[in-house]
Amino acid sequence: MSPDPILEARTLSVLRGGVQVLEVPLLALQAGSVLALIGPNGSGKTTLLKTLACLQEPAAGSLLFRGRPLASRADREAYRKQVTMVFQQPLLFDTTVARNLEAGLKLRGIPAASRLPRVLAEARRFGIEHLLPRQARKLSGGEAQRASLARAFVLQPEILFLDEPFAALDPPTREALMDDLGAALRQTRTTAVLATHDQMEALQLADRLSVLCQGRIVQSGTGPEVINQPVNEFVAGFVGMETVLPGRVTASGNGLCRVAVTGLEVEAAGAIGPSEEVLVCVRPEHVTLALHAATDSSARNRFPGTVTRIVPRGPFFKVELDCGFRLAALVTPRSVEELALAPGVAVVASFKATSVHLIHCSTGASLSRPSALCGGSDPLSVPFL
Amino acid sequence: MGLIWEGIRKAAELLWTLDPEVLGITLFSLKVSILATGISLAVGGAAGMAIALNRFPGKRLAISLINTGMGLPPVVVGLFVTILLWRNGPLGFLEMLYTPSAIILAQTVIATPIIAGISLAAIQQLPADLRLQILSLGASRWQMLRLLALEARLPLMAAVMAGFGGVISEVGASIMVGGNIKGSTRVLTTATVMETGKGNFDTAIALSLILMALTFTVNAVLTHIQQRDRPR
Repeated sequence: MSPDPILEARTLSVLRGGVQVLEVPLLALQAGSVLALIGPNGSGKTTLLKTLACLQEPAAGSLLFRGRPLASRADREAYRKQVTMVFQQPLLFDTTVARNLEAGLKLRGIPAASRLPRVLAEARRFGIEHLLPRQARKLSGGEAQRASLARAFVLQPEILFLDEPFAALDPPTREALMDDLGAALRQTRTTAVLATHDQMEALQLADRLSVLCQGRIVQSGTGPEVINQPVNEFVAGFVGMETVLPGRVTASGNGLCRVAVTGLEVEAAGAIGPSEEVLVCVRPEHVTLALHAATDSSARNRFPGTVTRIVPRGPFFKVELDCGFRLAALVTPRSVEELALAPGVAVVASFKATSVHLIHCSTGASLSRPSALCGGSDPLSVPFL
Repeated sequence: MGLIWEGIRKAAELLWTLDPEVLGITLFSLKVSILATGISLAVGGAAGMAIALNRFPGKRLAISLINTGMGLPPVVVGLFVTILLWRNGPLGFLEMLYTPSAIILAQTVIATPIIAGISLAAIQQLPADLRLQILSLGASRWQMLRLLALEARLPLMAAVMAGFGGVISEVGASIMVGGNIKGSTRVLTTATVMETGKGNFDTAIALSLILMALTFTVNAVLTHIQQRDRPR
């Protein structure tokens, strides 16, 4: 039994122009935890965040803070004085950094004497002490977002809402700031909700992830759960399962299933009965490539195929293969060189049965278009993200 | 050419000797226009902010009405305020026509849409999430409005300058509702019109120079306030 949540949302519904853009039957936030709301643009992350922060009124539903409903306007105002939000844009005031950091404390009626030490402490934590006398408008994007985060931490909020705070930053700045934010969250044990479309950001900062799609939470769980065991094709695609193939279980037993995929057989760990329709999901980093079938490999799945495309993916390369079905592998530049990988080259792809995640079509994949998600026979119709 | 030099010489003399009549007209003009601008700032500024921050049916119409009002001809305002204040007019019982109050009223009508229009644009150009950010820092509604106004202080200052510039320089409304009564409702512009009509170009030039100096000074002060903490 988990302790009582610090914030609970019940049957939330938000309309825009008469159209429902958010529907959340239940969301509970545990004190001291960091929850990431992930999903593509327009999935309702920001709307949910603003609703939870009482900055937007839902059409229906209720919020409970420490078990008490935020029923009246006064309740919501009092609640807003205990939480705070950081936006994608730093939204600093046109004054000095020091005054910016002090702003929230002033608004909350904290006496001047106790404001300065708190401002200094957070400026130090975010490495912007030397910027305190500067005009906020003169800061770089990264510095401004640091100031914005420090301004929020100065308030020692009960809950901190973060709306894509790194989305506008360049990668090195983003990484440095993400490390500092992660450290600040852990040190202060601040409860936080982070909206992001970047799963890496979510995995680094959050204890739990909730995936949003078209205004609904389609999956919640720990990072590894969501990343490795997506409940449907949408989540699978969003969290980077490059290979998602429709198939049918032909045999199962001893915790293993055999799944027929376009005439070939894939072995997967799982216990789904024969003749059930499933989606076979494989993360590209779990697929290894070799020029010949290695005999000492423990991988149960080995498929000869040809390279169709090689795409740079950060420091790695994504290699797309045709093995009778479409398969993607993530390999190092060194492997590309050693195996002389190029379109048309024949390779053997292998992956373990435990690396295969099966989505049962009768239970999962039931979000928006269940039949289309599972019924298609053309594996190439599955989008590669 | 001689006319102008003579005018400038006379103007310098009137100013140097602090001619009591000219001084009186100058101070009166200043008082009336500052009051009218002040009232317009309260009314127009509030209206501009309210329209910018709220969503309601007819918002576009309201904005286009205000924008139209920004170009309201002073003569037209003078005409309607005169009718309003005429002895048997709707507000005739106030007996305000040909009093300083009438000029203040007319100038307020002229400046309010100007200030409302610029304030509205000033608030609208702030980032959309800024008010949410302010609320999430713990501000009450009033604190939020104050902070928004503070963030938009530069364009709001511009609104005040535009409003003041509009009313200190108008003549049509002041002459119609004030009547250019010596010692009572005579302002710099109406006096200039009268002196020019009488052929007293020297006095007219003197009054014009004062008017320009006044406008320059007031705007210089406001500009200084506006620009003092700007990064160069």
